[in-house]
Amino acid sequence: MRVMVFVKATDDSERGLPPTEEMTGMFEAMGKFNEELVHAGVMIDGDGLKPSSAGKRIAFDGASRTVIDGPFAEARELVAGYWVWEVKDMDEAVAWAKRCPNPMPGPSELEIRPFYEMEDFGEAVTPEIAEREQRLRDQLAGD
Amino acid sequence: MPAATLALPTMLADNAGMAADEAHRAIEAVFRIERARLIAALARSTRDVDRAEELAQDALLTALTEWPESGVPDKPGAWLLATAKRRAIDGFRRDMMRTRKHAEIVRDLDGAHDMSAETIEAALDNELGDELLGLIFAACHPVISPEARAALTLRLVGGLTTEEIARAFLSNEATIAQRIVRAKRAIAKAGVAFAVPRGGELAARLGSVLEVVYLIFNEGYSATAGPSLVRPPLCAEAQRLGRILAALMPEEPEVLGLLALMEIQASRLAARTGPDGGFVPLTEQNRARWDQLLIRRGLNALDRAEALGGADGPYVLQAALGACHARARRSRDTDWVRIAALYDRLEQVMPSPVVELNRAVAHSMAFGPEAGLRLVDGIADAAALRNYAPLPAARGDFLFRAGRLAEAGEAFAAAAVLAGNDRERDYLLTRATLCADGS
Repeated sequence: MRVMVFVKATDDSERGLPPTEEMTGMFEAMGKFNEELVHAGVMIDGDGLKPSSAGKRIAFDGASRTVIDGPFAEARELVAGYWVWEVKDMDEAVAWAKRCPNPMPGPSELEIRPFYEMEDFGEAVTPEIAEREQRLRDQLAGD
Repeated sequence: MPAATLALPTMLADNAGMAADEAHRAIEAVFRIERARLIAALARSTRDVDRAEELAQDALLTALTEWPESGVPDKPGAWLLATAKRRAIDGFRRDMMRTRKHAEIVRDLDGAHDMSAETIEAALDNELGDELLGLIFAACHPVISPEARAALTLRLVGGLTTEEIARAFLSNEATIAQRIVRAKRAIAKAGVAFAVPRGGELAARLGSVLEVVYLIFNEGYSATAGPSLVRPPLCAEAQRLGRILAALMPEEPEVLGLLALMEIQASRLAARTGPDGGFVPLTEQNRARWDQLLIRRGLNALDRAEALGGADGPYVLQAALGACHARARRSRDTDWVRIAALYDRLEQVMPSPVVELNRAVAHSMAFGPEAGLRLVDGIADAAALRNYAPLPAARGDFLFRAGRLAEAGEAFAAAAVLAGNDRERDYLLTRATLCADGS
């Protein structure tokens, strides 16, 4: 299954901290973690995002479109980066996420959200198809 | 009231049970991440895959007992390996070092090595990639049949259970279990080293590894039997193997070529089956459903392979073919002339009747149905294609496009008889009917 892992923003990340020694150490640890993800065939994609001061929001209401310039309040609701991982299940995603070095100085949070998969649009797999597949398996079990 | 009072302790027990269950699942997830590397390291030092699997399993059981109390260690991989190695040494010592071999292994395991988790962790960083590769090369050794190589690789590297592998290959557990036992025996008998081959041997052995990975992928991508056209979990497993290989052997163009090929083909999985589960050919697929993330990954890997000078490798060429389709926003934008040229090259480096057939299709698209017919008639008698449904299917398509509907209908009907997959058969019969209606 494919999951997106959000690195939630903090007040620090929203300020767009200048590179300090602490940050350098963090980047190094994160680089090592990323390498581990790649070596395990888990990482598909990932990147960091600039603070919300560089972002814009487009608010929809009926026919109206309003553009709101950043920065936005509530750092915890914002995203500072993301990964896309291919894992077997949520347990594996959680196990990998726990290995992540602290992504921010101070308390921070990762959020894991599974993608919709083909099976979630399961009308293609009718009970009839499922039954036929089972019957075939039963037949093959006889060999 | 009494019922509620009675229910309370049970509920508490249930909650405790659920918490324990959750802790076990978390530990098992950590174990699954480490399992392949663990088995790889243990197989290398014990020279015995069965023993390595057993030791890894024992280490999991120890973790399940100790971690709920102590918490998951900082370096779980190193902890599991240290535990398993200690267990291995105990086991061999109990054997009273009956044989020289065991004495040697104990020396290997114990000897001058520091068994602390930190030391092992440091060694892991340097070697484990190499050890995992060694395990993959052993599981894909040419002394084992390709099907057994696939089963063993899924078991040891993918961590699939025998039951999961059986389900994936529409086989039964006993057959797969036996296949794995035989494969392990063949490895032991041939004295296969759990190491990455060097020099000239590398190229040949790498070919065997790539073949297995692509076999697993294809088993998922174009199911050779059964009512369902695709089995995406097998594709995902093969892609994961491909990604691991590409990370561990970043300088091998054919590894990158295979990865690119799989990523690009997999990008079409969702578009390949219609709402009724039926097969949708490439040119009729809804391209909005192609997975652009996988396409980008595939194109990147292809660029890297070509930059390494691998443009003429069979997998790189096949990936380049896939890339032609991936780059075309609309079906009619497809660069068929380039595809025909790529098939001309592929036919040189990997001659096969199937490649010839695809080349005929490409030429028909680039230069008209008659060009396709000329090429397909040249291979109509190839023994390998005698019962190969795509041959009459392609011929039917060329004839249809040339306006020869009656002949086209016959070809589609002939192809339907040979089709191994219910979904493909339905598609071909529909086309045969359309020809009959039109002629």
